[in-house]
Amino acid sequence: MLGEQIIKGMAVTARNFFGSYFSKNRLTTVQYPEERLPQKGNTRQFPFLVYDGDDAEKGLRCVACQICEKECPPKCIYIVKSKDKKPDYKGQPQIYPLTFDIDISVCMSCQICVEVCPFESIKMNTEFELSTADRFGDLLLTKEKLAKPNSYYQKIHPADAAESDAVIAAEKAKAEAKAKAAAEAKVKADAEAKAKAAAAAAAAPIAPPPANPPTTT
Amino acid sequence: MFDQLDQIFVNALHWLVGFVPEVLRPLVTPLICISFILMVFPAFFSIITIFERKGIGRIQNRYGPNRVGIPFTKIRLAGFGQFLPDGLKMLTKEDIVPRAADKLVHFLAPVVMLIPVLLSYSVLPFGKNMTLADYDAGLLFFFAVGGAVEIAVFMAGWSSRNKYSLLGAMRAIAQMVSYEIPLILSAVSVVMIVGSLKLTDIIAHQNHYTFGIAHWHVFTPWGFIGFVLFFIASLAESNRTPFDLPEAESEIIAGYFTEYSGFKFALFFLGEYLGMFAIIGLGITLFLGGWTAPFSFLAWIPSWIWFFGKLTAIIFVFIWIRATLPRLRMDQLMNFAWKFMLPLALINILVAGIWHYMAADWQRWLVCGALIAGAYVLLGRGLMQNQKLGKRIYRYAE
Repeated sequence: MLGEQIIKGMAVTARNFFGSYFSKNRLTTVQYPEERLPQKGNTRQFPFLVYDGDDAEKGLRCVACQICEKECPPKCIYIVKSKDKKPDYKGQPQIYPLTFDIDISVCMSCQICVEVCPFESIKMNTEFELSTADRFGDLLLTKEKLAKPNSYYQKIHPADAAESDAVIAAEKAKAEAKAKAAAEAKVKADAEAKAKAAAAAAAAPIAPPPANPPTTT
Repeated sequence: MFDQLDQIFVNALHWLVGFVPEVLRPLVTPLICISFILMVFPAFFSIITIFERKGIGRIQNRYGPNRVGIPFTKIRLAGFGQFLPDGLKMLTKEDIVPRAADKLVHFLAPVVMLIPVLLSYSVLPFGKNMTLADYDAGLLFFFAVGGAVEIAVFMAGWSSRNKYSLLGAMRAIAQMVSYEIPLILSAVSVVMIVGSLKLTDIIAHQNHYTFGIAHWHVFTPWGFIGFVLFFIASLAESNRTPFDLPEAESEIIAGYFTEYSGFKFALFFLGEYLGMFAIIGLGITLFLGGWTAPFSFLAWIPSWIWFFGKLTAIIFVFIWIRATLPRLRMDQLMNFAWKFMLPLALINILVAGIWHYMAADWQRWLVCGALIAGAYVLLGRGLMQNQKLGKRIYRYAE
């Protein structure tokens, strides 16, 4: 009969109406500022710079190699190299960035800078509430705003952070092993040189000292 | 005490008018009533928009607006403050008039829309002794004034110089003219039974009780089907879903008010809702006993509460329908009006005549009920006859 299906449809909507007051599961909307959905594992917004330890200035991993600046497709990174050097995590003296700016109004979140960085220094942030009142100054992130501790990176991307920590640790171990080997070789060479000198002294008590000091390598 | 509460607005009016010199009283009394109507119904409209948005949200398993409460505080009132920023937004928006538009007509259309709608409130009885102008031909006045809305719609559509506006206006005219006929014919059955066009007489005819149940017209076979016809036709007259072809967003943007922005759009919006309230108010008066109580033991509740309660209830049904039914096609709309509603309304007039002349016992219930039910089933079958329902077949696509 005419109108039957209309009554059926009205019953469905009525059930939805009253059901939404009784079962919370029906309401799929998330009340955003108060409620938040957990972010997906690979969420990425804009890059940030990782530093080790507590001091952003001292522990910054970036060595201003400028690979990311050159690779960046929209050219949103601007780096000025320092004239002096400071020791990096391996204790090696390195150049560091005097200025490191990312214009996030230009950045397209492609993650290429992260992929090319050989120093595990630039990573993608998950922060998305970036609205500001000033569309020029506040969207140009400087080095101070970009630098985030490693603990923050471990929090937002635990798996990736563990991987990058392992890489850094391996690098460090390698460097230490190398340094140790070098030190051992030096000790050995020193000892050899000493022994030689002693032997020479014993053989010829008035022989002159060797002209060239033994090399350390 | 309840009588006092019932007549509180009437007494307040008399008290206010008492301050005015005798000569000016005939002038001041209607002015106060008019300002009252101008205050109450737009306020009612703003509340209803929130209810509509929240209700449709709940039906679609969303929350609907639930943020804005009292400004500058943390009180949210579950979103019922939303009408304030909505209205402010409408007021502060840029008013754009197309270069090719007929400026004067374009400007006049929203005003022409609103004035007849407001005029139609003058004859509605909002409560006992609460009618602004109780004409002897109040019903006729209501329909005559309501007919002027169509001019405004076509003015808006024509003057905008936009094909969507024109299409919307043409659809609106076709729809409104078609549905005005069953609307008026369903009201005619009431006039036949009551024998008066005066709206207070129509209410007085319904305001007595048998076994504690009121004699509302909707409780009779002819009144019931008349109410159903009136209800459907008023849905179409107020351009509500499923009859929202004149402003079908998905087809013709916003129909006849595509080219309206800012406050002119707000006026159209207001006019549309006020027109809806007025026509529901008339439906309540004709079939649902106006301001009378359904049961005699509830008669102590003030009459204006009954009127606004019934109004709100019917509006909620309108909102419920809006959230349920999809839009009709133009041919379905016309078929429904001319092949189903018009014959049924004519049969209803016949049934009302039979009801009037038969003796008041169970036989007339049987005869009238059978006539109505038979007509409904047969006309419904006729309407559905040529419908090929089922899976849609695409001849060329695929």
